[in-house]
Amino acid sequence: MSTADSTATSVQHAPHAPETGHHQAAPQGGLSTFLSTYVFSKDHKVIGLQFLFSTLLWFLVGGLLALAVRWQVAWPWSDVPVLGKLFAQQGGQMAPEFYTMLFTMHATVMIFLVIIPVLAGAFGNFLIPLMIGADDMAFPTLNMLSYWFMWPAFIAFSASFFVEGGAASSGWTSYPTLSTNVNSSPGSGWGQTLWLVGLTFVGVSSMLGSVNYMTTIILMRAPGMTMFRLPMTIWAMFITAVLQAFALPVLTAAGFMQLFDRTLGTGFFTPEGNIVNNAVATAGGGQPLLWQHLFWFYSHPAVYIMILPAMGMVSDILTCFARKPLFGYRPMVYSVAGIAGLGFIVWGHHMFMSGMNPALGVTFMVSTMMIALPSAVKTFNWLGTIWGGKIQFTTSMLFALSFVSMFIIGGLSGIFMAATPVDIFIHDTYFIVAHFHYVLFAGTAMGVWAAIYFWFPKMFGRTMNEFWGKVHFFLTFIFLNGTFFTMHILGAVGFPRRLADAYHYETFHHLQPLNAFMTYCAIGMVATQIIFAVNFFWSMFFGPVAGRNPWNANTLEWTAPSPPGHGNFDYQPVVYRGPYEYSVPGVEQDHLMQTDPPNPEAAAAAAAAH
Amino acid sequence: MKRLSGLFWSILFLLVPVLGVATFAVAPAYDIWLPKDVSEHGAAVDGLFYFILGLTGVVFIATEVVLFWFLWKYDESKGNGPVKYVHGSHTLEVVWTIIPAAVLLFISIYQMNTWADVKMRRPDMAPTVEVIGRQFEWRLRYPGRDGMLGTPDDLHLVNDLHLPIDEDILVQLKSMDVLHSFFLPNVRIKQDAVPGMKIPVWFKAREEGVFDIVCAELCGWGHYKMKGRVTFESREAFDRWLERKYAEQEATQPESTAAVAVGQSADKELLASR
Repeated sequence: MSTADSTATSVQHAPHAPETGHHQAAPQGGLSTFLSTYVFSKDHKVIGLQFLFSTLLWFLVGGLLALAVRWQVAWPWSDVPVLGKLFAQQGGQMAPEFYTMLFTMHATVMIFLVIIPVLAGAFGNFLIPLMIGADDMAFPTLNMLSYWFMWPAFIAFSASFFVEGGAASSGWTSYPTLSTNVNSSPGSGWGQTLWLVGLTFVGVSSMLGSVNYMTTIILMRAPGMTMFRLPMTIWAMFITAVLQAFALPVLTAAGFMQLFDRTLGTGFFTPEGNIVNNAVATAGGGQPLLWQHLFWFYSHPAVYIMILPAMGMVSDILTCFARKPLFGYRPMVYSVAGIAGLGFIVWGHHMFMSGMNPALGVTFMVSTMMIALPSAVKTFNWLGTIWGGKIQFTTSMLFALSFVSMFIIGGLSGIFMAATPVDIFIHDTYFIVAHFHYVLFAGTAMGVWAAIYFWFPKMFGRTMNEFWGKVHFFLTFIFLNGTFFTMHILGAVGFPRRLADAYHYETFHHLQPLNAFMTYCAIGMVATQIIFAVNFFWSMFFGPVAGRNPWNANTLEWTAPSPPGHGNFDYQPVVYRGPYEYSVPGVEQDHLMQTDPPNPEAAAAAAAAH
Repeated sequence: MKRLSGLFWSILFLLVPVLGVATFAVAPAYDIWLPKDVSEHGAAVDGLFYFILGLTGVVFIATEVVLFWFLWKYDESKGNGPVKYVHGSHTLEVVWTIIPAAVLLFISIYQMNTWADVKMRRPDMAPTVEVIGRQFEWRLRYPGRDGMLGTPDDLHLVNDLHLPIDEDILVQLKSMDVLHSFFLPNVRIKQDAVPGMKIPVWFKAREEGVFDIVCAELCGWGHYKMKGRVTFESREAFDRWLERKYAEQEATQPESTAAVAVGQSADKELLASR
């Protein structure tokens, strides 16, 4: 083209130059630096740690709520020790509506404020840029907002405990018309409204994160980092982000519909002439089952949002401490994708007994049976991964192994309830409670601990104490099985969930001693976490200093300093191979990092030896 | 020392299948197991439960023992030879995809008939009784002498369900206010009651006895106390009971106002049942 054109573009570019220079402006000391570095930081690592600390704090809250629930189940109507004086209506005794609120908020806190944000928020944020060799997320401001949008949710959920009638108490599933009719229970007043507000903000936060993760993983991989050289953690985070992006809008919309039913007088979920507690609903013409469809259309994929990232992290940890390549990398990727795809067409299995057309139940039964398949493939591949390795029993590895061991239980118990005739009996019993605690606590939470012990050195530059880590693992492992395995046989009797006192039923009156045993185990399990908390904070300041790569792992984050500074890498990482090249024959070290340049001499020597 | 620690951890993982199986083996001895079944279709439901228990039990034991075996055998401190440098096996992937797929498909098809019997093949008859969930009680309505529901001569009761054995029962399930779930543990029946819907539930009891009616869907603060009782009895005993209850209702209500005084009558029944 003409020269005039080129001068025009150069003139246009000129004003941009000083703008980019702003970033190197002299640091303004004091409060504003502190705020921008540690509070309103746009650095993905700081945001990841903010998520981690917040979720661990909520984990404590959720755990204490669980203990209060267990207290009532084991010793109904007996005085609650210590805390009883604070909340009890009569002496130290728990009211049934209070119990209903406790299990609702236990599930809400654990799902929306702990599991989802600890996986995607904490580990997704911290690990994605580091593991793909990027200096930060694609949209750092969006990323910061994804954390700060959690705060309105934190506040809404916390505040709801103190409003009249207490926090939401229609279960974490908030089924109408219990949830939509303000007269139906004490917690269906302000508590339920705040619950919906909190849920919406959690959704906004997840959506901001999800968009960011997808963009970052697609666009910002280091040179040489092809999609099929990504570690399983990143694949899992990527697919989780896709799941969230597609499923969340439905929940958000449903949440608003319920909010409108409650506040504006719409009747999406209320049938004509609905009378609750002698009060006639103002609007009608809706269908309570519609909520269940919309809610589970999100919340079933959400079940996979709550486990896939843990599966990914466990895959990486298993390979590292078995010193062996991942068995079946591509089948692992395809099975994660398969779980995600099938995850969208199985929601109806939560509704087999709901009054949904039983013929539709058959369809959902078949798709549900099929989703067990990719999970089975993953389990076999994990076993294949440790077969023939050199297993190092570190704390992180023990937690990862227990993930596999416990996931087998959670996966297999799922087949019982997928079988529709069996579900007739076990639906809404403790068998279901056992199942999802094996997946979410014994699975995901153990996976999260594995990840904390594994990436702690990268986060804080120091390693956690191994001895106390193992004590923590051992006690947690014993107590969790004492608490949750026994729930299977409790469910076999048909012991129903969510009952403040089931012992007045002839069928269940003899089950109190078993429940007391489970509560003792639950108390032990929560108490054990003191060991973890002390180890975590002590190691942060006094633990042995870790180098860049304390575990001799292969992935990119281990080539960065511990902890990495702003911008992550002190060089431009270039990727030459997949993430699982452990114990490569002919290589002196037992690991070959993704950034290690290919050595022509070694290759030649290996070829000569053959 | 390192070897000892490897042994310790592998054995801990071996305890999972050992104690897991032991729990299920010991539970029936303490009566922590499927409650007595008095229904006709229950045997098929329980049979399927045992079938899946057996199948998953085998997979559970096999995978957990393999996990233990690998941990014990491939412990680094045992100083085995070089690590098996493999990236997977196409054959194995195909095998362990196809076998579970076939098994899962088999379970899917195998169970369909039972599901259809319990939830889809509704007997062609008028409802035996209408059960209406209401915070926090089960309201019952039997057709009166005209054999039809919804007429002024209906019999209204609360929480005290009586049904004849050895014949098809069709329950018309409704809810007045919020979701409830009509759960008869001893009949292997569970069905949510949904406001705005009439849901048919059918079964056949084979044995006489008195059993629990449990509400299995959260319905508010008093969910735990939404308890009813079902009495299965011979046709003759059932008819006698029905006649007696009907006479009791007639005695307290002039016939023409029976329909108007529905709630009152139900409340009286509630008081009587306490």
